[in-house]
Amino acid sequence: MALAIAFYLLAAVTVGSGFAVVSSRNPVHSVLFLILSFFSAAGLFVTLGAEFLAMLLVVVYVGAVAVLFLFVVMMLDVDFAALRQGFARYMPLGGLVAGILAIEMIVVATAVSTQGAARLNDTPTVHTDVSNAETIGRVLYTDYVYFFQAAGLVLLVAMIGAIVLTLRHKPGVRRQVIADQVARGPKSGMRIVQIKSGQGIDQ
Amino acid sequence: MDPTTNFWATPGGWTLITVAQIMAVILPLLVALAFFMLADRKIWAGVQMRKGPNVVGPFGLLQSFADLIKFVLKELVIPDGADKFVFLLAPVLTFTLAMVGWAVIPFAPGWVVSDINVGVMYLFAISSLGVYGIIMGGWASNSKYPFLGSLRSAAQMVSYEVSIGFVIITVILLAGTMNLQTIVENQAGGFWNWYVFGGDGLRGLPIALVMIPMAVIFFISALAETNRPPFDLPEAESELVAGYQVEYSSSPFLLFMIGELVSIVLMCAVISLLFFGGWQAPFVLGFEHTWPPTVQSFYGLMWFVMKICFFFFLIAMAKAIVPRYRYDQLMRLGWKVFLPTSLVAVALVAAWRVFGPAAA
Repeated sequence: MALAIAFYLLAAVTVGSGFAVVSSRNPVHSVLFLILSFFSAAGLFVTLGAEFLAMLLVVVYVGAVAVLFLFVVMMLDVDFAALRQGFARYMPLGGLVAGILAIEMIVVATAVSTQGAARLNDTPTVHTDVSNAETIGRVLYTDYVYFFQAAGLVLLVAMIGAIVLTLRHKPGVRRQVIADQVARGPKSGMRIVQIKSGQGIDQ
Repeated sequence: MDPTTNFWATPGGWTLITVAQIMAVILPLLVALAFFMLADRKIWAGVQMRKGPNVVGPFGLLQSFADLIKFVLKELVIPDGADKFVFLLAPVLTFTLAMVGWAVIPFAPGWVVSDINVGVMYLFAISSLGVYGIIMGGWASNSKYPFLGSLRSAAQMVSYEVSIGFVIITVILLAGTMNLQTIVENQAGGFWNWYVFGGDGLRGLPIALVMIPMAVIFFISALAETNRPPFDLPEAESELVAGYQVEYSSSPFLLFMIGELVSIVLMCAVISLLFFGGWQAPFVLGFEHTWPPTVQSFYGLMWFVMKICFFFFLIAMAKAIVPRYRYDQLMRLGWKVFLPTSLVAVALVAAWRVFGPAAA
């Protein structure tokens, strides 16, 4: 019963905050509700017994991705009136896309529950003696190792792309070279001169 | 079924016992914090050859309690243009997140509120959430300096999280588990079995060459992650007045301050659990098992608290003797020094686990 209470509570918060993401007027509030929705989804994973996935969801989405969302949204100077202009014009198109998405998800969910893994007659071998982190690791690094590596490569390419897009070397900018500073000793950094009175130093 | 014996198994009894356990962690922790705060100030004063707080109570021992009363009784000022809800939510969030991390910390054999098998991941997830309190506080203040401070802290904490994650992975690789209780049990039998020295007595000694630098990186990253000096750029008073805390007063400010201190002590606890054997004594006396179980538990707790105090002393010393980093140097240290070093260390430790003497 405690599990049912936890499920309905978390599910209600997830759906409610998901609704608040699109309905709140302030974009920063939207992102904060998005974070709440991620967090409650992680809670739903815990009620399923997938605590490793739940922690990954919190670390990756809440701890890193959403921070960058928040970062960007806070820096933008959003004109709220302009945002709401044309709402009625785009409403039918948006409704159509949402409707198609909903139908697709219902079809997929039905297919999974009647024919897919959730039908429970072709259950993969589950090692009851190991934690689910180990089970995921075994599957990921044996059956799906090439897909896993390919996903890593895609991320690497995306990262390099982002760096290439933003990296520019401006000429004439003095940069700190730590090695040069460390290598600098009394001999190279200091000159001892004897100055005769009334003459000064010639550079 | 006898209802009296099974009361603790019912949902009501279970809730009661969990609340009691949580209280048993939080109340001593909050009291200890008052003295950690005082110790911080006293050590800082000692390094600068001052006396530090010495008026309230003997040796100033009650100074923190006087500060507490002062903060609570002050007027709460909320800026006119502030987002009131987020403004007040931010300190509460900081405080709560700092507290919930303690749920998985094992204080002595079996003394843990929630013994989950992804304990290390949980701690990592909670510490990665800590940035929200600061960002929300800085944004909701609707003021320039707090906002600049919170932007700095967002970049800083996300950067150092990456190297903390890799350092944690090296320990997980050596331990083969993410359960904190098991990680500490694996380090039993003397200080040469601690993960900072490779975790396997003399056989693990070569990998200590990797693990000792990892412990150092974890310590420095913990300073950056908790915004402690020399990495306290979000609140650099010479540039940003007090960063994200500028507009805060009274109890919300107190919550920020306590939350920050709790996460510092939490980091001290985590470094002693992961690298320095948690509640394990550095030397095995040989006759501990003859003691009653309660005495053994308190013996373990004593070592754990001593380790926490030791690392807190190091952090307080770092505050007193290291000047603040410049922002670009901070970023360089995180991304160009710690990240590659810890990545190489992960590869080395993984190779050690596969090809080393302890390989299965």
